[in-house]
Formats: sequence, structure tokens, C-alpha cells
Amino acid sequence: MSQNKYLANLKENVITNNPILVQILGICSTLAVTNLISNTLIMTVGVALVTAFSSWTLSLMNAWIPRKVRMIVQVLVISFYTIIVDIVLRAYAPEVSKNLGPYVGLIITNCIIMGRAEAFAQANRPVISFWDGLTSGFGYMIVLVGLAVFREVLAFGTLMNIPVLPLDFTAGGNNWTIMVMAPSAFFLVAIVIWVSKTLQMKKTGGNK
Amino acid sequence: MTPVIDPLTLLFASIFTSNILLANFLGMCSFIAISKDMNSSNGLGIAVTVVLAITVALSWVVLEYLLIPTGLEYLSFIVFIIVIAAVVQVLEMVIERVSPALYLTLGIFLPLITVNCAIMGAVLFMQIRHYDFWQSLSFAIGSGLGWWMAIMMLAAMRKRYEKSNVPAGLQGPGITFITIGFMAMAFVGFSGMVRVQ
Repeated sequence: MSQNKYLANLKENVITNNPILVQILGICSTLAVTNLISNTLIMTVGVALVTAFSSWTLSLMNAWIPRKVRMIVQVLVISFYTIIVDIVLRAYAPEVSKNLGPYVGLIITNCIIMGRAEAFAQANRPVISFWDGLTSGFGYMIVLVGLAVFREVLAFGTLMNIPVLPLDFTAGGNNWTIMVMAPSAFFLVAIVIWVSKTLQMKKTGGNK
Repeated sequence: MTPVIDPLTLLFASIFTSNILLANFLGMCSFIAISKDMNSSNGLGIAVTVVLAITVALSWVVLEYLLIPTGLEYLSFIVFIIVIAAVVQVLEMVIERVSPALYLTLGIFLPLITVNCAIMGAVLFMQIRHYDFWQSLSFAIGSGLGWWMAIMMLAAMRKRYEKSNVPAGLQGPGITFITIGFMAMAFVGFSGMVRVQ
């Protein structure tokens, strides 16, 4: 029984109810960090861990939190884990931490985390809440890394800082500067949502 | 390392060249959810601007006179979020007491603002870029105005394409993102005017 529950949850959070594609949560940081794959990977791992641990903690504390101060307790728990992520990043990956800048701190206000705490952790046991946070983070990661691959290849001609496209694509001002800038992120998200929504509609029988 | 930027330039820059929403992607969640309706967008825009100005100024004071002297800078995230929540709470009570009419329009948006990334983002930018007090204040006001302007523009555009024939898969968030993308492109045009980071 438990095995199935975990698998179903994974499928739900990654495919049918993906936090970004379906619920449109956590968009803020999505767009900002996706111009380099390495930044994106580290950021999303951070988000997944914070989501998992805060869901777990909040689910443990559930019985003791008065409903009136629920929000502030959630925010405090989330900030606690975010500070840990921030300190670890600064110690072990100072370069990335500098690139990400304020977006590490913005994990706190990432709606995915609050959303999971509110929608799932409140009504479920700690272990499955932890798993739910982790899978939500994983769904988030897949979309973000996908976007980052497009943006990095088209903007710099590299993949994880390794050149993959011919040099005359990137040199001499031929690269697509727009891919580094803000608008491309919006367009790419729109395309990804379009594709996934169309696929989903086909699966459910092509109803309009 | 960077030359000192005077507050007026910063005000202009934060509205146009580095709009907190279109260039830094902050405050997207409520931006997309609320921009369906002009009136609510206006209310939320005002609320965000006011809260931004108060919070950033207050966080600056707290950071400068409390956290840095006592060496507790690593607690800054928690302190900032508490400042934001407190400001929102107090503002809600004050507005309720002073002007019930305004409370009716703004009231529902205030709680949303605690988790609006634009507020937290502006506070963190203020910390990372080492602004002084007046710079922080003008940056906050500019960001708020920029955000307000952007949400009003998007709400107006969404009204227009509500009745147009959008492909099924693009309906809802998809087309909104494309619209925001075009807005962002238009704003990139401003970026040559002032360089502020």
C-alpha cells in the first residue's frame, strides 16, 4: 500500500499536477535563475530540500500550532531552512551563491513551499509530507532545467559551460542575446505550458 | 566599486530600466493571479507600493542599526520576513481603523503581500547592493510604482484579448506569459538609458 502511495504522489507532483506547469506557482525564481544550467541545478536542489524539510517539520508540529498564527510559523520554519541553504551555498559554492544573489533568500517567498505546507503537510503524516515536498521540488527542477538548457545553448552555445555549438555561432555577436535577457524566459515558459497543456488535453480525450 | 547613484536616477531606473517585475521577475505569482481585473490590480498595486516603501526603509534601519552592529547578519532573512509580516499586519489594522472604505478595497490584498516576492526581493537587493537610506527609499518607491504600472498595463491588455480567439492550449496562463514577454521586450528598450545595478 505504502509503495503505491509514494509512486502515485511522485507521478502527481511531477506530471499531472506539476507546480509550475499546472499550478503556476513559484514562477518568480523560475525565470530569473534559468540562464545557466549550473545555477539552475543548485537553486532547484535548494528549493526541493527546503520544501521537503519544511513540509516534514510543519507536519510534525501540526498539532501544536494554533490556527491563527499558522502563516507566520510556516514562514519562520521555511526561513530557517533557507538560511541553512544560504550558508551552505556560501561556504561550498561561493561563485554560484554570488550569481544567484537575492534569489536564494527568495526561496522563502516561493509559493510552492507555502503551497505544499498548506495543502499537503497540514493533513498528512511527516514522512509522506517529506516525500511530497521532495517530489514537488523534483517537478519544479525538471521544468527549470529544461528551460535552462534552451536558454544556455541558444545564448552562449554551451551546455554546463562546455561548448556544444560551433564557435561562429557564439563569436562575433551572432549569439542570441535575447536568450540571456528577461523576455525569452517568458516566451519559453509560455511555450512549455502550451505544449504540456495540449498534450494533457489530448490524453483526456481532446475535449475543448 | 560602483559609483554612488543619486536617488533620483535610482527612482527612474527602478521604474523603467530595471523594472522589478519585467527585468527581475519578482512578484509574478500575485501578478498573474490578480491581473484579470483592473480594479483589483489597482488596489494591489497601491498596496504593494506602500508596503514596499515602508518595509524597505524599516529593514534598512534594522539592518544598519541592529543586525550589523551585533554581528547577526546571518539572521537577516528571518528578520526581514518578520519586518514584512509586522508592517503588513500593522498597516491592515491602521487602514481598518482610519478608512473602512479603503480597507474594503485593499483589505483582501494585504495578507497576500507577506508572501509577495517583490517585497522580499527589494529588501534583499537593498542589502546586497549596499544602498544608503535615501537610495533604498527611492529604490523601493520606484520598484513599487514600476510594479503597479506593469500590473495595470497587463490587466488592460488582458481585458482586450479576453474575447479574442486564443489556441486552446494557450488559454489562461500561456497567453499571459506571452503578453508579459512582449512587455518585457518593450522595457528592454529603456535599458540603454541608465545603467544601474
